[in-house]
Amino acid sequence: MSATPTTKPVKKRKIKLDEHLLAYRGVWVFVESERGHVHPVSWELMGQGRRLADQLQVELCAVAMGAPGPELDTHCEASFHYGADRCYRVASPVLRDYRNEPYTQALTQLVNAHKPEILFLGATTLGRDLAGSVATTLKTGLTADCTELAIDPEDRCLLATRPTFGGSLLCTIATLNYRPQMATIRHRVMPMPEPQPERRGLIVDFEPGLVEESIVTKLLDFLPDALDDRQHLPYAEIVVAGGKGLGKAENFRLVWDLAGVLGAEVGATRAAIHAGWITPDRQVGQTGKTVRPALYIAAGISGAIQHRVGMEASDCIVAINSDANAPIFDFAHYALVGDCVSVLPALTKAFASYLGKPFKEAT
Amino acid sequence: MHIVVCIKQVPDSAHIRVHPVTNTIMRQGVPAIVNPYDLFAIEAALRLKDQLGGRVTVMSMGPTQAEPALRKAISLGCDEAILVTDRIFAGADTLATSYVLASAIRTLDKELPVGLVFTGKQTIDGDTAQVGPGIAKRLDMQLLTYVSRIVEVDPAQRRIVVERRAEGGVQILETAMPALITMLEGSNEIRFASTPGMFRAARATVRHWDRNAAGIEDIKLVGLKGSPTIVSRVFGPTPRAEKAKSIPFDPSDPDSSAANLLEHLLNEMPKVRKELEQRRSGTQ
Repeated sequence: MSATPTTKPVKKRKIKLDEHLLAYRGVWVFVESERGHVHPVSWELMGQGRRLADQLQVELCAVAMGAPGPELDTHCEASFHYGADRCYRVASPVLRDYRNEPYTQALTQLVNAHKPEILFLGATTLGRDLAGSVATTLKTGLTADCTELAIDPEDRCLLATRPTFGGSLLCTIATLNYRPQMATIRHRVMPMPEPQPERRGLIVDFEPGLVEESIVTKLLDFLPDALDDRQHLPYAEIVVAGGKGLGKAENFRLVWDLAGVLGAEVGATRAAIHAGWITPDRQVGQTGKTVRPALYIAAGISGAIQHRVGMEASDCIVAINSDANAPIFDFAHYALVGDCVSVLPALTKAFASYLGKPFKEAT
Repeated sequence: MHIVVCIKQVPDSAHIRVHPVTNTIMRQGVPAIVNPYDLFAIEAALRLKDQLGGRVTVMSMGPTQAEPALRKAISLGCDEAILVTDRIFAGADTLATSYVLASAIRTLDKELPVGLVFTGKQTIDGDTAQVGPGIAKRLDMQLLTYVSRIVEVDPAQRRIVVERRAEGGVQILETAMPALITMLEGSNEIRFASTPGMFRAARATVRHWDRNAAGIEDIKLVGLKGSPTIVSRVFGPTPRAEKAKSIPFDPSDPDSSAANLLEHLLNEMPKVRKELEQRRSGTQ
């Protein structure tokens, strides 16, 4: 779950590939784009793909799909900036908007034609929809929502680590005698690589042979979301988050107060959301959003894995909890053992005074 | 119309505890529940039945202990329940699970043709969201994931229109049945079981289908043997190499703790300092 080397030895299981599977070579990243924009998770995966491809000494390939035109070409070029050596350009008017059927057909054909050993997709609604369909069609293994990716140096196998049992433990999953090895990874779990605008690569066109008449599902309309500040949470530089340790719904106000003074976004644990203290779009964790702020203040949060995987990439974690044995103190940078109800207002006051912001003492 | 809902019985994750020393799951006393996401799938199916008539069959793959989940579905209004259960199904990953459920749905389709299959968007124990798409592909059904609303169903024309949650917006999709739909949480308000429903659930016979009854053609594709992925290791999280710095806290003087923390952050965490300095009045 972090860069810390593990102490327990990995149980060794010899994975021997059939002759025809040995032809599968290379690491692929599916470049997810909808309505002209590449989802940033694709570039985050490109960074991971680069690292693993170098380790395996193979090419890193991007797969860019969509309607033919300058937008798609821009995505291909951008894939090189983020680390791809080669980009498969799959252009067809049928691929203008995401629909499961044509995308599954095109990606399946491409995999069968060019045989990658690893294929990554973002764990978005699009990526999960597509990955599940492609893996079943190819009859291969798929690991969802990975938090760490590594290569077994002995047999070149992908070791994909993800939370398990509702986020209470971690497990490492390997794919047996099947290729490609597929995995999805959530947005913001991996760092965004620095783009290198001078980097170039090879564009390879692939003709998917799709005909609109044979596609059953039709897109009638698309209603874009109203932009709203909750979408800022994954990118916030300061996050104040609350958990069940706050005791009751009213105390969540103290989290909002501190966040207000700091100009921070508010996050919450699954338990706080299930308790109805705050709306689900504020959830940080395996089944919520992943954040990577400079400062994460965790108030009344115990630090279960399900939450930890969504925030442990924060540069600085301040944990406030009245239970000195809470797991969050194992990975926080600053530990404050105390009751949030008295700590939070004091912090709000201290930050307000440092920042020169008005602060009204609670009565 | 005949609607099938696939559900799973899961341990209530709110009650899962990990043994602090051995890092194993302590299963004793963890209550089993219907996967909460599946309740929205059951409700969607029952609403279509209320509206159009027809029949709702609820199905699950699992051990015999999973029967209560199916009875719960009957108490809500499902007509029939099938538990696809066989020792050889144990240890299945999502690919092997979708093979078993797809085989059973195909078998059921011969009794009474299936127009729609519903699932939840994912389970709370596996969180993969892979079984629904897997079933759809194996049955060559149209797949509609993350559906937030069923707009229109026309059984005569075999036509369905839905709203699907996509990245950055909602897609309105029209497709032909048979189709498989994974329902988004919050997409409907789940009904409570009625008293007659609970009586019916208690008396109902849950059909048990083994590999033969479910119409499994290739037993190499089920269970552990049919699973391409293996769990090579289960482990607890590693603590950060460096221990957290403790900020002493005195309940009678919280302000000095707060000041102490602020000082640490400003002196030791340059990134935090930068963020805070940017936020000082006048500079933002």
